[in-house]
Amino acid sequence: MKAATASPRQLDSESREWLRGLRATGAERDEAVARLHALLLRAARFEVARRRPSLPHLRGNDLDEVALQAADDALMSVLARLDDFRGASRFTTWAYKFGLLEAAVKLRRRAWQGREIPLEPETWGLFTSASLEPDEQAEQSELLSTLQRAIDSVLTAHQRRVLVALALNGVPIDVLAERLNTSRGALYKTLHDARRKLRKHLEESGMTLEEEL
Amino acid sequence: MSERPDLKQALGRLLGPAAPEIGCDECFERLDEYVDLELAGQDPDTVIPGLRAHLDGCPACREEHESLRALVGGKQAL
Repeated sequence: MKAATASPRQLDSESREWLRGLRATGAERDEAVARLHALLLRAARFEVARRRPSLPHLRGNDLDEVALQAADDALMSVLARLDDFRGASRFTTWAYKFGLLEAAVKLRRRAWQGREIPLEPETWGLFTSASLEPDEQAEQSELLSTLQRAIDSVLTAHQRRVLVALALNGVPIDVLAERLNTSRGALYKTLHDARRKLRKHLEESGMTLEEEL
Repeated sequence: MSERPDLKQALGRLLGPAAPEIGCDECFERLDEYVDLELAGQDPDTVIPGLRAHLDGCPACREEHESLRALVGGKQAL
């Protein structure tokens, strides 16, 4: 995967003010930390509200608790990584992402709490493409069959489990990372390598992938 | 009866993006910059190549991008 690098920028005045307050001492720092917590709570509540329709089993109190816990955890992350902020964005945008991430991860985990993680294909044979002409559908079905065989023969057992869980069965990556005791970045690397192997195998098998695939 | 998943979408999920992409960690590092560039009407894909392809291939990062963009852009949550 290609690495990206950020170049330091000149900070805007609002971002400078945030950093000044958070690096101050005494009451001035306490006030800045309280403002930061409020900002992170806003982000966490925003994420909770966006996901609420998909979490009917969680009550309002549970969701408030998740948002507050997410804001608390995000506050710790932001304060610990303050020196990483280089001004490539506004400080508030940078901080918001921590609040959103913490809330999203907690909610995805709640949604999968107590559920078994499917590591074997559950949906082979269920795919359909009603909008395709019969010959196109036959072509894609052939591609799918070749892909199924490639998944069984080309990938390692770990790559197969990760690909099937994430790409076929829709398990969220941070949920799988927690269950397998690994990191999201490491899992995505496994997924990426598996996908590259499959693409290479399909190309070597003479399959033509459409441009958008 | 539940709706059957679309074959083309399924193939897209299995094969991932064709273009070179960055990973989840790099995506998180630069997501704020990407969103601010987008909302400023600039071209974030020139500044941060590979992030858009990652969003196409990673549902979790895509959700976080959508949320950050909506929050910073001032959209109300559903």
